[in-house]
Amino acid sequence: MNRNRILFGIGVLAFVSVIVTVRLGGFLVDNEYRQPDRQVAAQEEQGETELTPRQQGIVDEQAADEAEARARPYEEAEYRTVPFVGSRVTVWVLAQLHLLFAAFVLAVPLFAFIIEFVGYVKKEERYNKLAYEFTKLLSVSFSMTATFGAFLTFGLIILYPKFTNYLMHIFSPTFLPYVLLFFLEALFLYSYYYGWGKFGPKMHLFLGFMLNIVGTAIMFIANAWLTFMMSPGRRDDVDGDGVPDFVSAVSESGALLSLRDAFFNFTWMPINIHRIIANVAFGGSIAAAYAAFRYLQAKTDEEKAHFDWMGYVGNFVAIIAFLPLPFAGYYLAAEIYAFSQTLGIQMMGGTFSWLFVIQAALIGNLFLGANYYLWLGMGRMEGGVHFQKFIKWLLIAIALCFAVWATPRYAISSVSEIAAMGGSSHPQLSYLGQMSAKNTAVNILILSTYMSFLLYRRTGRQSVHPHRQLLTRAQAIVFSSAAALVIFYGVYGYYVDAAIRIRFAIPQVYSVLAALVVITVIDLPLYRNAAQSGETKWGRMPAVSQYALIFIALSFTWLMGLMGYVRSGLRQEWHVYGVILDTSPDAYTPTLGFATQVVSVTVLIFFGLLGVVFWLSSLGGKKDWEPKAVADGGDRLEGGQAA
Amino acid sequence: MWGLNLPIVLALAAIGGVLVWRRAHTLVWLLYSLGALWAFFKFGFVVPIPQSVATIYLAITGLALVAYASSSRERLAETVQPIKRLILEPRYRLALAGLLVALPALAAYNAYADLTMPLEAPGFGREIHPAPPPEITVHDETVNMTTGDNPYLHYKADDPELYGKHLENGRRVYYENCFWCHGDGMGGDGMFAHGLNPVPSNFNDVGTLPALQSSFVHWRIAKGGPGLPGPGTPWDSAMPAWEKFLTTEEMWDVNLFIYDFNGFEPRALGQH
Repeated sequence: MNRNRILFGIGVLAFVSVIVTVRLGGFLVDNEYRQPDRQVAAQEEQGETELTPRQQGIVDEQAADEAEARARPYEEAEYRTVPFVGSRVTVWVLAQLHLLFAAFVLAVPLFAFIIEFVGYVKKEERYNKLAYEFTKLLSVSFSMTATFGAFLTFGLIILYPKFTNYLMHIFSPTFLPYVLLFFLEALFLYSYYYGWGKFGPKMHLFLGFMLNIVGTAIMFIANAWLTFMMSPGRRDDVDGDGVPDFVSAVSESGALLSLRDAFFNFTWMPINIHRIIANVAFGGSIAAAYAAFRYLQAKTDEEKAHFDWMGYVGNFVAIIAFLPLPFAGYYLAAEIYAFSQTLGIQMMGGTFSWLFVIQAALIGNLFLGANYYLWLGMGRMEGGVHFQKFIKWLLIAIALCFAVWATPRYAISSVSEIAAMGGSSHPQLSYLGQMSAKNTAVNILILSTYMSFLLYRRTGRQSVHPHRQLLTRAQAIVFSSAAALVIFYGVYGYYVDAAIRIRFAIPQVYSVLAALVVITVIDLPLYRNAAQSGETKWGRMPAVSQYALIFIALSFTWLMGLMGYVRSGLRQEWHVYGVILDTSPDAYTPTLGFATQVVSVTVLIFFGLLGVVFWLSSLGGKKDWEPKAVADGGDRLEGGQAA
Repeated sequence: MWGLNLPIVLALAAIGGVLVWRRAHTLVWLLYSLGALWAFFKFGFVVPIPQSVATIYLAITGLALVAYASSSRERLAETVQPIKRLILEPRYRLALAGLLVALPALAAYNAYADLTMPLEAPGFGREIHPAPPPEITVHDETVNMTTGDNPYLHYKADDPELYGKHLENGRRVYYENCFWCHGDGMGGDGMFAHGLNPVPSNFNDVGTLPALQSSFVHWRIAKGGPGLPGPGTPWDSAMPAWEKFLTTEEMWDVNLFIYDFNGFEPRALGQH
């Protein structure tokens, strides 16, 4: 018996089962218990209907419900609940999904515009094609962003009506500009996408530029809403004593005093900066994951070469944006601490501090993944073996820094471990859990990643600059001086007071940034018109490299979800910190384990939806549908016509 | 030395030296690195590393080793070559059989060891940095932790004489109540300090008072150990809740005094 017959038999069986079940149910209901007395029988003979006990019960229940509904006075609901998952988790997941798609939609135009501009300046068509490939992802993602934005808005109105009403009371004047900007965003986005090749290059670049301006403005408005919830006021030296004062945007009862102060609040600008950079890093990584997805599907060498290059550029954008991200994060955290010591201590030393150990593990993975991809990329070029010997040392540096960064100050320990250590911190390892060690580790990680990139850039190329030896030595001196300075401050930090130690982070950061800039400035002329020892073979990457790109995108997404929770969760039992209390049953702070589970599920949903976006975006490149060829007497008929 | 278990560390280094001398194969190096680091984390320290931290380190090591082995086609081919030979060449059949028995046996032992691990109560790590609540109520007066400030601090500029009186009152309060634990010189080394764990705060430390707003210090004085927040419990602080013994003015005065004595200014709102 073949497979089709079995499937057909199962289908018939299922159909018959359904019919039998329905008929049986009907039979049982029709023959239910009735009172057997003569009076009822007489009533039935006279045509009066009689209710069975079950039917009578239903009628009584309906009457009672109706009476109760009429007696109940109208009340404004403060909160509503969602069965099983709860209202907080519902809004949390919706907000996160909206934000992830929004971040992607804001980031892709940014680097698509830059790539298109580079193509315009260099007069190279391949850049134009690449920018268009990135933009293809936007259309569906934009709809997803809007859909989850609507979900989130309805979620807030239904589940947190009183609080949502309060936010409307504060920010209602910003809603109309927001909607108008959203309309403009749609206009520019679709004209940018559908107008590809239809407008002149300057006009098209202008559309891309406007798309970015409008998108950024939208984000700035939405950022005001969420940062107000954390810091409802601005910082200003009102009394002129040189010390900043807190100017509250609302009264003690929550009434609006100044929309300007509510909008341009304490943490608004740090979030704006952090989000722009993080969006680019995230968008680059997702675009690279898309390229990886297409690379793995690619059938021809040409397709493979194209998507390999696309993945490389996406990852390059992600890593370049990622390098300054720890500094932007540091700025944001410092501003949160400056606004409220409660929030600051809670974040870095209290309940939420353990999430920063997880953050360290994720960022370590990102660095490792990014370097790994670069090392594999050396295989694209002839002559790549020359630099392979350095990988070992780079890997040791990266793994050591990763381990230092992930070392907790106070370890999770059993009773016997605590007894052996004499406390929650290990006598030797606790040194690695301090800020001096962490700052040193992250700076060396950045330098190592940059070194990997330099090696990749040099693979298969030979400088023809007349002073190449001198310039290479200068680069080596700058690099080792920066590394030495970072390590010096890291070690010296243990010998000075905490207040001075904190300030050491600044020269460490500046020395690394200066090294990156100086080395790049030297490297550009050094390798201009360099002699190629072999051809760069795009598309010659092992499959594992593409999984590395997907891994990087996954880590970025997880990181965004986690840190988004930290920023939002820090308020704890407050809707608006210090002003509007959360009195819902969900006001408690969830355990770290539960929070990470919610983040993980959200990331899974996002990647599932992203799969749909990738699939829809790839449909454009597929062949048009044609009727199947039909064999007829040895002749093949196609498209309904005789061959 | 440095808290290390020297014989173990030297033995591991010696094995590494032999591998260098014998120019060991990449696969051998990878296996050695993982095994040596496991042994180092497990036995290399006089005070053993907590299992949670060792697991993090070994996970990082494992990731790094996999990344290294597969970082180029040539290296991957070189790394897996002995494994291929072990599986394919007839002369290694005995070794392969041994490995096929050893690997499940190792997994079985691991499962057995996990199941027979002696049960012990989970440890409670102390949270060192208490985060204050957004606001506190002391003697029916609400103090906002973000915007609250010492009400007498402004006298320093506006009315130095009155400021001096408050300081003097703060000095009296300190040497009647606080110096027993926090010490004459506020170094956290008072006569009772040796009996307390954790030891009392050292107010001379530049990382303590200048990093805190005066509202935070007021919270610690008024609410003491019993008023420490729920998260991070159990707290072991022996600090009394001074609101039960002192007036609000006395608490703000002693707050003023400990800053003045040490030459510090309270951290202002918005100051990094």
